[in-house]
Amino acid sequence: MLLANGLGVRLGGAQVLRNVTAQAPRGAITAICGPNGAGKSTLLASLAGLMKPCSGVVTLDEVPLTNIPAQDRAKRIGYLPQSGEVAWNLSVRNLVALGRLPHGGGGEEQIEDALQSVQLSGMADRSISTLSGGERARALLARVLAGDPDWVLADEPLAALDFYHQHQVLACLRSAARMGRGVALVLHDLALAMNHADRVIVLDEGAVAADGPPEQALSADIISRVWGIAPRWLGEPGARALVI
Amino acid sequence: MRAIRAHPTVFLLVLIAGVFPLSLLAGRVWLDFASTPNALVILAQLRLPRAVLALVVGAGLGAAGAAMQGYLRNPLADPGLFGIAPMAALGAVASFWFGYSATVWLLPLFALVGAGAGMALLALIAGRSGGIALFTLAGLMIASLAGTLTSLAISMAPNAFAMSEIVTWLMGALTDRSWREVWLAAPLTAAGIGCLMMTGRGLDALTLGDAAARSLGIGSGALQAWLIAGIGLTVGSGVAVAGIVGFVGLIVPHLVRPLTDRRPSQLILPSALGGALLVLVADSVVRILPLVTELRLGIALSLIGAPFFLMLLIKMRRGLA
Repeated sequence: MLLANGLGVRLGGAQVLRNVTAQAPRGAITAICGPNGAGKSTLLASLAGLMKPCSGVVTLDEVPLTNIPAQDRAKRIGYLPQSGEVAWNLSVRNLVALGRLPHGGGGEEQIEDALQSVQLSGMADRSISTLSGGERARALLARVLAGDPDWVLADEPLAALDFYHQHQVLACLRSAARMGRGVALVLHDLALAMNHADRVIVLDEGAVAADGPPEQALSADIISRVWGIAPRWLGEPGARALVI
Repeated sequence: MRAIRAHPTVFLLVLIAGVFPLSLLAGRVWLDFASTPNALVILAQLRLPRAVLALVVGAGLGAAGAAMQGYLRNPLADPGLFGIAPMAALGAVASFWFGYSATVWLLPLFALVGAGAGMALLALIAGRSGGIALFTLAGLMIASLAGTLTSLAISMAPNAFAMSEIVTWLMGALTDRSWREVWLAAPLTAAGIGCLMMTGRGLDALTLGDAAARSLGIGSGALQAWLIAGIGLTVGSGVAVAGIVGFVGLIVPHLVRPLTDRRPSQLILPSALGGALLVLVADSVVRILPLVTELRLGIALSLIGAPFFLMLLIKMRRGLA
């Protein structure tokens, strides 16, 4: 279990997270939702052990992340930041292979599996600069998957993807969850969170506004309170559409 | 091209092996063992140490440039940005100012002390957890301070001779260098390149940005420590024996990058070889040019480097770099 307990984070003097308790269990997809500036990316980075909390603690299987050596933590938690930065024009294969750094390289099989899981096997030898935004986003996700981590934490991994590839990537993440990995995603698309997450954490102004199954955490009341608009959900569970 | 990309170091070694003998023969007087008097002495005492020193200085600057560009994720970065070269130069200038430069080991020693002070300042300001921005700003501040103090030393030089010595030395050259400089610079440069090779994994991870690199288990403190040590040793020893030789660290990684798979870790060794080759060729050319006095190596490389830098800027503006 990856757990944030009473987490507080200050950035540049501002309290970005306050007393947040949230968990990303194994075998499940956890969506982190909230308006801009709610602290979603900060929570995800904290779960990855990249933030220094001013209060509270993040634990991995009950061990504080701060007590786990950086390399061991990197082997167990794969983190995809929002920026999508790739400084040099690497080949797709070399980019994905960076995910093996915590293991000291190697892992050709994992690299091939990761490329296949995001449908980029045919583009493995192409340069990153020749890819579309969506292909690049999938290559970056493959980089995380190639590390074969126990937890996949991804900040808006679907933002640059078309409808087909959003669902293809979600299927890939679902498959990772079925294999016992924990998956935590920052998502802006509430319908995707509603239909694909097992659990949703809603953040508002750095605090947890709701935490639970999607039908509860993303109820019309909570969306109205947190986002300030009154929506309606249409359709059946697993195939909900959000209407304003 | 594919074969070169598979083995860029072999390709560059072959080039160096081809150019090195030519550089030994090249000069205002081309060595001809049949007709040149004392050809063997000229070769052993002048040309050979100078050529080896060119390889050593160039290798250090090339490797430092590759590591700098990898660390800053910026193809326009140069080892001078961290302020270590200007601090080494300031140390050397101090030796002229105080009249110690005539003593055999003191000029390079002062330069190395300057480089060491630059490294210590950088480590102190950037701290263990300092980010790249703080690190770079600290380097720029140190470079600016060292540059100002060097200008102050020139303007307040105790006599015209010292001023002329300082200005000439700052232009960078390998003229009249001997095995003494080689024995000083070679081990330090080799150790520096070794330190820079240790940054390879971290530099590869930094390709994905600071946060992703940390998530891959890369500690910024250890990476910075290897980088400071590596750049301090390579650039510091280079400045100590040759003065300021600019632009090698900027140009060479660019020329070499297309020969590699573009991972920063794979660029360091080929850049060392590329730097060695560039300085060897440039130093041979300045010896051959039919000028009244020998063109200073630092000036020659700046004449090549500045237009190259402008070309890079234009290419980047067009989004092609």
